[in-house]
Amino acid sequence: MTVPAIRIHGVAKRYGALQALGGVDLEIGQGEFFGLLGPNGAGKTTLISALSGLVRPDSGTLAIMGHDVVADYRNARRNLGVVPQELVFDPFFSVRELLRIQSGYFGIRSNDDWIDEILASLDLTHKANANMRALSGGMKRRVLVAQALVHRPPVIVLDEPTAGVDVELRQGLWQFIRKLNRDGHTIVLTTHYLEEAETLCGRIAMLKSGKVVALDTTDNLLRRFATHSLRARLAHPERGVVLGGRAAEGGWVEFAFDSYAEVESLLARLREAGAGLTEMQLGEPDLERVFVEVMNRA
Amino acid sequence: MAPESPLTGFRTLLYKETLRFWKVSFQTVAAPVLNALLFLLIFSHVLDRHVTVYGEVAYTSFLVPGLVMMSVLQNAFANSSSSLIQSKITGNIIFVLLPPLSYREFYAAYVIASTLRGLMVGAGVLAVSALFVEVPMANPLWVLAFAVMGGIILGSFGVIAGIWADKFDQLAAFQNFLIMPLTMLSGVFYSIHSLPQFWQDVSHFNPFFFMIDGFRYGFFGQSDTSPWLSLGVVSLCFVVLAALTLAMLARGYKLRS
Repeated sequence: MTVPAIRIHGVAKRYGALQALGGVDLEIGQGEFFGLLGPNGAGKTTLISALSGLVRPDSGTLAIMGHDVVADYRNARRNLGVVPQELVFDPFFSVRELLRIQSGYFGIRSNDDWIDEILASLDLTHKANANMRALSGGMKRRVLVAQALVHRPPVIVLDEPTAGVDVELRQGLWQFIRKLNRDGHTIVLTTHYLEEAETLCGRIAMLKSGKVVALDTTDNLLRRFATHSLRARLAHPERGVVLGGRAAEGGWVEFAFDSYAEVESLLARLREAGAGLTEMQLGEPDLERVFVEVMNRA
Repeated sequence: MAPESPLTGFRTLLYKETLRFWKVSFQTVAAPVLNALLFLLIFSHVLDRHVTVYGEVAYTSFLVPGLVMMSVLQNAFANSSSSLIQSKITGNIIFVLLPPLSYREFYAAYVIASTLRGLMVGAGVLAVSALFVEVPMANPLWVLAFAVMGGIILGSFGVIAGIWADKFDQLAAFQNFLIMPLTMLSGVFYSIHSLPQFWQDVSHFNPFFFMIDGFRYGFFGQSDTSPWLSLGVVSLCFVVLAALTLAMLARGYKLRS
C-alpha cells in the first residue's frame, strides 16, 4: 500500500483561550493537488506550521511520507518544502547564495544544476546574483518558491502563494506548480482565491474554527453544495419573489435550482405571473457558493 | 531528492553565520577594533605615567589584554544576539527552522560563528595595539583557552538574549544593563587589588572577572587570582550556559510555539 504524502491524526493546538486546531484528521495521497481552505483564523497556517515543525501540537500526530514530524523530524522535513505566507527574506545574500545556503541546510553540497533549473523555470536567471533587497515583491515571492524546492521535496505546501501577486506572475507560478504536480509532487495549497482552488485542486478540505467541516473532491463538493442559478431582471420583481426568488438590486431576482431541466418551468411560471422578464443570466455552480454554504452550515 | 552529506547542514549554518558578519566586516570587525584603540589611547595617555600594576607592569601593557578580552566578549555576544533577533523580527528565521537541523547543530553553529567574530576582533585589537605597546605573552595556551571559552560563553549568552528578546529595545536592555556593567566591572581597566576590600569581594561574584583575569595571566604570568580557579569558574559558566541554551532550543522556546 502506498504511504500517504501527509497523514494528520487528531491534531489539536490551543493558544490560551483560543482553540486553533480542534482534533484535525486528514490524509492526503501522493501526487494529489489538495486545497486547504477556510476563512482567516480557521487554522490553516497553524496546521501547516505543525506539519513543518514550527508549531508543536498539544496532541495528535502528523507524518510526511510516513515520517513522523516529531520522532523522525529529519526525514519528515527532507520530504517537505514550504512556501510561507509572509514575504520574508535574508537581506545579506544574493538569490544564488541564498539557494546554495538553503540547499546546504538540507545536506546538499553541490546543487548548482538544479538551482539553475529552478531559476530558469521561475524566470529568475537574470536576478541570480542580485541581492534580495533589490528584488520586487513578485520576484521575492518567486525566490520563496525556489527556496522551498532546492531539496526536491516530494511534498510541497504553498501557504497563500499568490497573495498580492499580479496576474501575469500568478499564471506563471501556477503553470510551474502544475508541472511539478504532473511530475509527481504532492501539492497542498491554501488560498483565498477560490477560483484558483476550484481550477487547480482535485480535492479540498475546508476548515472552520480549527475543525475540518468539509472534505471531498472538488467535483463532489460542487455537486453536493452548490446550485445552479438564474438571475432575472423583472418589470415586477415582487412577483418573482412570490415564486421563490431572492430580490437583488436593480429589479433583479435570483432563483436557485438543482438542474437546468427546471429552467423551462420556472420561465413558464414567471410568464403566468406576469412578472415581465426583460433580461436574464444563468450561473454555474462555483466554489465560492460552496464555501459560503459550508461555512454557514458549520 | 538530491544526495546529502552528514553535517553539511551544520557546516552551512556556520558558514552562513560567518559570512553574515564578514559581509559587513567594516561594522562588525573594524569598528570594534577602532573603539578598543580609542580606549587604549585615552587611558594610556592619562594613566600610563601614574599607574603600574603587578609591581612593574606599565598600565598600558596591563590594559591591552583587558581590552582584547572585552572585545572578544562583547562581539561574541553581539553576533549571535543580533543575528537571531534580526532573523526573528524579519521572519527569515524560518529558513533555519524548516530544514532538518537539530537544536545541537543550531547551537553549535551560532556559538562557533560568534566565537570566531569575537576572536577576529580580539586578534585585531591585539595586533594593532602591539604596534604601539609592548605586550608580552608568557603563556599563549592560557590566552587561547580563555579567549575561546569567553567567546563560547558570550556567544551562548547571545543566543539566549536573541531568542528571549522580542524587540531590539529588549536586546539593548540586556546588553546595556547586564553585559556592559559585568564587563566594565570585571577588571578590564584595573586590577581588583586597587579596589576596597568590599568591591574586591564583589568582583569574585562576577564571572567576567575570571575570564579577564585568567586571560591576562596568559600575558603576564601574573593575575589577581589563580588561573586554575579562573579556569574552573569559566568552565562552570560554560557548562551552565550551554545547558541552559540547549534546553531552551530543545524546548523550542519562542522559536517553535
